Amino acid sequence: MLVTQQEQLRAQVTTLVDRLGPGRSSLVPILQEVKTQYHGIDSDAMQIVADLLDIHPVEVYSVATFYAFLNPAAEGQFVVRLCRTVSCDLAGKDAIARQLESELDVAFGETSKDGRFTLDWANCMGMCDQGPALLVNDRVYTRVTPETVREIVAECRAAHDGHAAERKEGYLV
Amino acid sequence: MSIQTQGNTLTFASIDADAGLRTALAMSRPDIIDTVSDSGMKGRGGAGFPTGMKWNFAGAEKGDKKYIICNADEGEPGTFKDRVILSEFPDLVFAGMAIAGRAIGAAEGIVYLRGEYSYLRSHLNAVIKKRRAAGLLGKDVGGVKGFDFDIIVALGAGAYICGEETALIESLEGFRGEPRNRPPFPVVAGYRYAPTVVNNVETLASAACIFAKGVDWFKSFGTDRSTGFKLFSISGDCAKPGVYEFPFGITVADLLKEVGGENAKAVQIGGASGTCVPRTQFARRMAFEDIPTGGSVIVFGPQTDMLAVAENFLEFFADESCGQCTPCRVGNAKMLAAAGQLKDGVCSAEYLAELRELSGTMQVASKCGLGQTSSNAFMSILEHFGDEIMSRPAQAETARTSA
Repeated sequence: MLVTQQEQLRAQVTTLVDRLGPGRSSLVPILQEVKTQYHGIDSDAMQIVADLLDIHPVEVYSVATFYAFLNPAAEGQFVVRLCRTVSCDLAGKDAIARQLESELDVAFGETSKDGRFTLDWANCMGMCDQGPALLVNDRVYTRVTPETVREIVAECRAAHDGHAAERKEGYLV
Repeated sequence: MSIQTQGNTLTFASIDADAGLRTALAMSRPDIIDTVSDSGMKGRGGAGFPTGMKWNFAGAEKGDKKYIICNADEGEPGTFKDRVILSEFPDLVFAGMAIAGRAIGAAEGIVYLRGEYSYLRSHLNAVIKKRRAAGLLGKDVGGVKGFDFDIIVALGAGAYICGEETALIESLEGFRGEPRNRPPFPVVAGYRYAPTVVNNVETLASAACIFAKGVDWFKSFGTDRSTGFKLFSISGDCAKPGVYEFPFGITVADLLKEVGGENAKAVQIGGASGTCVPRTQFARRMAFEDIPTGGSVIVFGPQTDMLAVAENFLEFFADESCGQCTPCRVGNAKMLAAAGQLKDGVCSAEYLAELRELSGTMQVASKCGLGQTSSNAFMSILEHFGDEIMSRPAQAETARTSA
């Protein structure tokens, strides 16, 4: 990473620490913000967070790798997580999984070549009565069908920023 | 903000949360705890610890820093009632937290919201803000001089284990969500090693109901040993999945009739860590004295492949085990591998007997509830559906036959 980029990162993380506090309790919220902003938590970011919280960077690494949503690996702008737990499984998640792989041209656990989409599994996300369910970043889609997979992906592709279009309510009924 | 979950009419909808809070604030602190104890309410998260006793332990501890934590890390497969409560009745939950805070002498409340529910955070913060403006949170809550109580929402990051109360506390403190040794229990040394009550969302909401409507009213629902009503998360092969309220003591058969799942061959009660109940036992009751449950019911229709179900649960646990203790980390991996062997038709009965022993070891030797319960579903499926899942033709062979 270029020195200027590193300085920029340090400045941004410093702002975060100022806002959330320098205590250890702030570690998870800080990493959540870093992850949201940078779609990953690289070793520079971990080192900076460690410096500012006055802990060893391995502590930061240890926490980041523990939580599924803090996965330090670089992820796409849109992280699509399909629920794989039993109720969504009974509701036909396998067909949705195949459709997602075809639509995005990636396998589960991978990020698309253009860096926009990461496809992953989620363990039960509490939408068991409305499966199959999936999350795109922090947006939930329920009763997904192979046809709506296409629409969801198209919405993401059409969106400029980190969020899919505002039509989510359509999927929540 | 409401993700439209169907079901029957919930009592929560007819309760004035703030009437409950006012009633409680007019009482002395020991009286608040006694009221909850008298109600006989047990924790709604599934473990069923008496709520009054928990509040009493924390209340008896010395120290001016105490905490109320609302466990909204609803991660048990097949459970989603807390999502509905938080979406539709957050005032009841926050009133319940304030009552608990008053009872034990805590000034801070934390809602630990699972990362998968992050879309609820702004909604909850808006309700908290409104309650602050109404004097129901913040300084001198409800006009009671000297009773300050406020609530913040903390967001989890995708770890089932953080629903375990000591793992949840570790996570709040900025560590890996690895359960602590107990004792000391959180009521003695919890968040930041201060006395802490960790209650499920529904427990706190129900506590507010008890104060709004009275102990006798609450005890008019349910059984002697499992008082009150309970929210059930119903999913799987049934006509009307959703969140339902039933009094404790309802039979599995009656519940299935209500939700349109009469032809089920089995139901999974209590989520992945619960037990699989076959059709022959549908007369059993949902109550702490028969089938204890946090309210998750997954219905399996006649066509369900029970081995696939067992494998799905085991994949979940192998993935979600925090890895800290050996019986859970290795045990779940062994169980999952065995499910694969069964699928391939290459698992000996002798090995299954060994797995039963391993399951016993996991139950007694695992550090927390995850490892202690994770093999339950597999073992009950083996017990009740042994004929279905043993001696399968190898998968390759099946493929050849069908080709």
